[in-house]
Amino acid sequence: MTVVRVSDDALALACGADAVAAAFGNAGYTIERVSSWGMHWLEPLVEIDGIGWGPVTAGRVADVAAGKADDLCIGPIAGHPFIASQQRLTFARAGRTRPLSLDDYAATGGWQGLDRARAMAPADVVAEVTASGLRGRGGAGFPAGIKWQTVANAPGERKYVVCNADEGDSGTFADRMLMEGDPFQLIEGMAIAAHAVGASRGYIYVRSEYPHAIAKLNSALALAQSRIAPLRIEVRVGAGAYVCGEETSLLNSLEGKRGEVRAKPPLPALEGLFGCPTVVNNVLTLAAIPHILTPGGAGFYTQLGIDRSKGTMPIQLAGNIRHGGLYETAFGITLNELIHDIGGGTASGRPVKAVQVGGPLGAYIHPDRFDLPFDYEAYAGVDALIGHGGMVVFDDTANMGAMARFAMQFCAAESCGKCTPCRIGSTRGLELIDRIRSGAGAADAVEALPQMHNARKLPRSREEDMALLEDLCETMQYGSLCALGGFTPYPVRSALKHWPEDFS
Amino acid sequence: MTRTIRIAQICANHAELEGPLLPILHAVQGEFGCVDAEAERVIASALNLSRAEVHGVVSFYHDFTATPDPRPCLELCRAEACQARGVEAMVAAAETAAGQRVRVRTVYCLGLCSVGPNARVGDDLHARLDETSLVKLVKSL
Repeated sequence: MTVVRVSDDALALACGADAVAAAFGNAGYTIERVSSWGMHWLEPLVEIDGIGWGPVTAGRVADVAAGKADDLCIGPIAGHPFIASQQRLTFARAGRTRPLSLDDYAATGGWQGLDRARAMAPADVVAEVTASGLRGRGGAGFPAGIKWQTVANAPGERKYVVCNADEGDSGTFADRMLMEGDPFQLIEGMAIAAHAVGASRGYIYVRSEYPHAIAKLNSALALAQSRIAPLRIEVRVGAGAYVCGEETSLLNSLEGKRGEVRAKPPLPALEGLFGCPTVVNNVLTLAAIPHILTPGGAGFYTQLGIDRSKGTMPIQLAGNIRHGGLYETAFGITLNELIHDIGGGTASGRPVKAVQVGGPLGAYIHPDRFDLPFDYEAYAGVDALIGHGGMVVFDDTANMGAMARFAMQFCAAESCGKCTPCRIGSTRGLELIDRIRSGAGAADAVEALPQMHNARKLPRSREEDMALLEDLCETMQYGSLCALGGFTPYPVRSALKHWPEDFS
Repeated sequence: MTRTIRIAQICANHAELEGPLLPILHAVQGEFGCVDAEAERVIASALNLSRAEVHGVVSFYHDFTATPDPRPCLELCRAEACQARGVEAMVAAAETAAGQRVRVRTVYCLGLCSVGPNARVGDDLHARLDETSLVKLVKSL
């Protein structure tokens, strides 16, 4: 019986994969639901004996079966340039295995890292992670080994491993794909972390917008329970607050409190969940661990990448891009290669105007800077951030003034309210950008209030408003407690700097 | 069984958890479509918290509401990636089609950013929407 492989990733489902799978089933084929290869423009992608067709609709299933769908055929999937040019470590199983099959997982090297780690002293495991050069993939890029070392050395019987799966950044989906496509790898990574730091409980905090990931993780945990014992891992569901992706607000949320940011210090590594030493790592950080702990894994990992950015990064090509999807590669690749050579330019066929790298808090990068190597320090050097590796492409119809306004609006909607620069600054920034864009030059409504004795009553010129916005951005950047208020100025300032004409 | 007893039972079912408040609120919101003042009182009493503490948490998160909304709900992503793919131009048409009958709720990111504009109805996801298919989806609810 011929086996037809169709992904059950949420993105494939949204594109109609269930109907395609059902149509093949009705035609008498055996269906295997696998993870997604990450070539999203081809979903639903159908694989028969290694050959791919996509995007397939239920109406074209008979054509594919009869060999009459050459227009959809992409040839051998593993040889497709989008896949063949990648260096997949974290996503090595993507498209190849059934997400909830323990047999598939074990047959593709699963549990080797955990078995080896558990045979080692915890301190040696931490040393290997440090030697690999792995840095936190959530955005801040803090060395994972140093964080683990801090937790391992912290006094206390009760310690926790918390996986931050609150992937709220627009333009990112690697965490979701990993949780849905290879949940055992994340669980194995958490089990290794727990062994290394001496934790007996783990939590995975997933956003409520990811119901498919939550279901897959719960099923995977039930299947893997005996394998990871005595460690107990539980999935906790967020409640629609973007700021809970910030680690201290995530911990408050896990404790059942408002998701407000905590001041640091104390570091979560010393006083984290319920006041106990806690490792908080992103999904991609923890999922990179099993590979690093295989024999020679750490040495191989540290050879990849450039400067202090070691290993591979699962980059997410999103927004107005022709060939969007998941592209895992070593650090150092340029935006030119990613957007034009791999991504094929915009989906609309119009010229690229800007790329926002790193989610809603990332800078808008002008095509002049598309030669920038993908590297934590190189991006920081031009007031940008790589964040979680999401890239949102905009074509020339985008208005960057409107996008700067949206950045402030988003910050105002999602601010936890704990610190003033973020809570008040975002709303004042929104008003200010509106005033600049309308060109009215009217007096500020708040400043005009009678009780604002010392405020200026005269209208400001455009230049004065621009200077005020700069001033506000600086206050938010340096005065906010966390990255939400602190990084919102990045998209605003980059839009102001490169596209001032969009503000008039 | 009265609602109060049922909510107390939900609290008891979660008693074993560390930090049980969010799982309890999700369960109550899921079953009754809201977490109202009465529910807050029952939960506060079960967890030995003040009602203010529970209300503070309920009002913080977008997923919990004080009153039920029985209308069908379409969650439309309007974050950057979907904006780059043209969602803003479709919002007015979707809202007109929805009228008062369907609730159109803005969400920021469903994690399908390469195939937007995207929407979600319950656990069903919809991608590659254009104005025609979005309006059709709203009308089908």
